[in-house]
Amino acid sequence: MGKTLAEKILSQKSGTDARAGQMVIASVDLVYVQDTTGPLTIRQWEASGLERVADPSRTIVFIDHAAPSPRRELSNDHIFMRAFAQKTGAILSEAGEGISHQIVAETYAKPGDVIVGADSHTCTGGALGAFATGMGSSDVAIATALGKTWFRVPETYKVVVNGHFSKGVYPKDLILHLIGAIGADGATYKALEFSGDAIAQMEMEGRLTIANMAVEAGAKVGLFPADDIARRYLEAQGRSHGFQPLQPDDDALYERVIEIDASTLEPTIAKPHTVDNIAATRELKGTKIDQVFIGTCTGGRIEDLAVAAAILHGRRRHPSTRLLVAPASKSVLMEALMAGYIETFVEAGAIILPPGCAACIGVHQGIPGDGEACLSTANRNFQGRMGNPQAFIYLASPATAAASAIIGEIADPRDML
Amino acid sequence: MNHRQGAGQVLRGRAFKFGDSISTDHIVPGRYAHLRSDLPELAKHVLEDADPTFASRVRAGDFVVAGNNFGLGSSREHAPIVIKLAGVSAVLAKSVARIFFRNAINVGLPVLICPTDGIGEGDELEVDLAAGTIYDRTKDLHLSFTPIPPVMLRILEEGGLVPYIKKYGDFKL
Ligand code: SF4
Repeated sequence: MGKTLAEKILSQKSGTDARAGQMVIASVDLVYVQDTTGPLTIRQWEASGLERVADPSRTIVFIDHAAPSPRRELSNDHIFMRAFAQKTGAILSEAGEGISHQIVAETYAKPGDVIVGADSHTCTGGALGAFATGMGSSDVAIATALGKTWFRVPETYKVVVNGHFSKGVYPKDLILHLIGAIGADGATYKALEFSGDAIAQMEMEGRLTIANMAVEAGAKVGLFPADDIARRYLEAQGRSHGFQPLQPDDDALYERVIEIDASTLEPTIAKPHTVDNIAATRELKGTKIDQVFIGTCTGGRIEDLAVAAAILHGRRRHPSTRLLVAPASKSVLMEALMAGYIETFVEAGAIILPPGCAACIGVHQGIPGDGEACLSTANRNFQGRMGNPQAFIYLASPATAAASAIIGEIADPRDML
Repeated sequence: MNHRQGAGQVLRGRAFKFGDSISTDHIVPGRYAHLRSDLPELAKHVLEDADPTFASRVRAGDFVVAGNNFGLGSSREHAPIVIKLAGVSAVLAKSVARIFFRNAINVGLPVLICPTDGIGEGDELEVDLAAGTIYDRTKDLHLSFTPIPPVMLRILEEGGLVPYIKKYGDFKL
């Protein structure tokens, strides 16, 4: 019997014949923390008494959630994290460099890697064919010290996407649709593995968005094959040396197969307060939006900004709708500057925020007011997520976000393309 | 708190009921990120966005009793830590999100998967971790919970992952 991508990677990294349901101890290729989970991870690492970092060159400390720090307590957490990096030789990614998952995709993740991060969206790296998963501080602390961790090898749901995306429909719409179809706990403990024509043709940016949101269906990991698209993405970064394609076996065993015809998808929105509370965008047209946020590890990549800029070019935000834009990383910001997108956004009346998590998690920069509605390109709309439990968060593609910023209400991007 | 299975310890307390999809944002809102290095202070806001009165009413030994997909969302280990710091002796839920489950065991907070619909707000509960049973004294209702996987049970028995690693120096499956 053949193997799924998850079984293949975990077999390789555990030195066993790993099959779904088994427990394995796997070596870990990359470990990272961010500034809301990092301080606790460092304290757990200290408490473990292990006093070592298995591989400092593969251990990264990101300052991205409170970047730059809005409060003294968080500034002090940052001091603590910098001191850890200094002491152990771990890599420090400073405020302004960007969001951990984006930088990991741009610089570190490789097909076949096992990656653990103290952040639930660590699964973003699955787009590159890495077994990347989020864990808590204790697990990441021990993985940092020992260079390994234990896993239960997950059963896999194969998601087969065929057909062509219609104009105005994006990978974000696909993943929202999938989460709506199977529910926020529809894939708990499972691996999602994506395949089909539409996936084979999808650029890495879209794959990263889909892998990122695997956790919103409860999944442990969202895996893509390491194919030509992955190779080209790595080549563009100068990291394709030693590239090995990685595909699941044809006779791998899947617990469930989910088929989606991309041509039937339409712009999709997650309504407050859960990601699986899905509706077609056209059904929500006219819903007043007070703030639009384009950014995050789900919707702040260069392709996302390109789509939003194309819609906003020569137009302005609605006078009663604030528009925030945060590039996911410094390199995305640089590219967006060169392409003229930032100018387009500023002319459209946007506030440009520094690369980082920005308004996503309610620490700073763009907390909605009581009763206000925010349309965001992020991955989560839980009550209180953006800093105010009295606010309402809608999730959509960058195209829907840009169109809605212009109209001041939820708008269907197909009307503007 | 001692969670050793063999000790025949019975946990006793009252049930605080919650619905489905209680996220880690409900448990530890992101707006309190600045308190994450001050856990006792953070614990004053535990579950605030699900029930603002919870933190002031909960007493040592009580139980959080929830529906489906408890603890979904972010990987913040602060979530099970503040639940434990508030005195909660175990979380009972119909289902639990993956990262929360692992985090809770890693900080020594038992999470028990069981049918919770029959348990009412304020019911007096007795949980026997070794026997795998839950008794609702108020309703005279007997329940059992899904056994915790052995590797996680050993971590729980040591009071969490850090004490476990201190003792064994490595993982044992
Ligand atoms: S952008 Fe949002 S979802 Fe992504 S890492 Fe930052 S806080 Fe988490």
